[in-house]
Amino acid sequence: MEIAFYIAAAIAMLATLLTVTRLDAVHALLYLIVSLLAVAVVLYTLGAPFAAALEVIVYAGAIVVLFVFVVMMLNLGRGASAQERRWLAPSMWVGPGLLALALIGEVIAVTGWIAPDPNRIQVIGAQQIGAMLFGPYLLAVELASMLLLAGLVGAYHLGRRGLPGH
Amino acid sequence: MTELPLAWGLALAGALLAIGMIGVLVRRNVIFILISVEIMLNAAGLGAVVAGAHWGAAEGQVLFIFILTLAAAEVCVGLGLILLLHRRFATLDADAISTMRD
Repeated sequence: MEIAFYIAAAIAMLATLLTVTRLDAVHALLYLIVSLLAVAVVLYTLGAPFAAALEVIVYAGAIVVLFVFVVMMLNLGRGASAQERRWLAPSMWVGPGLLALALIGEVIAVTGWIAPDPNRIQVIGAQQIGAMLFGPYLLAVELASMLLLAGLVGAYHLGRRGLPGH
Repeated sequence: MTELPLAWGLALAGALLAIGMIGVLVRRNVIFILISVEIMLNAAGLGAVVAGAHWGAAEGQVLFIFILTLAAAEVCVGLGLILLLHRRFATLDADAISTMRD
């Protein structure tokens, strides 16, 4: 499991560095997805499978999809199809694809061949986290729901057409 | 107690946080600034989980879930602001909005 941690950590560092140095937003988003998946593998090797699943579902799923959606909305108009063709050139998805391939190979190896040693890694599953969330931290959960509501209202207000003074 | 070194996990979280901070400071495209903020929040959550795994406590992952919620709310409002910026000024340059009045 330790070697899996180090490989995933190296991939996460590399992908994150490539994310902040790209010039095109879509290229950066592809590397960001790889970076988040690598962090999910790191979380899995640390004995946090629930956090790893949330990382994939919420970060690599929902948040990055929001980013892609906004980038696509900003590029409507003339030259959009030529730009899309340029985005789909092999040179741009080969790098993230290779990193993602390394990650999936590692995941297969970790889940299939290398059995986790229970003496070395203590797995904290969803049950313990749920008991913690809805026990001592119930007030924090309510506060998080208020925060999400505030985010929803704020995004609706900002996205509305015809703001005053416009 | 887990054998995975706490120091290496925290070093990874710190390195990701530093890369994200460099991105925030260097890039002038608001989309890249928002992506870098996401990287920094993700690194903070990773640090929490690493510490929780080291002590065998579930609190680390609880904190990770709260950071995840915060990141989701933040990116939702941030992308709304980016759309508004693009609609009003037709640019994504953060320096274009450096003054409060025109």
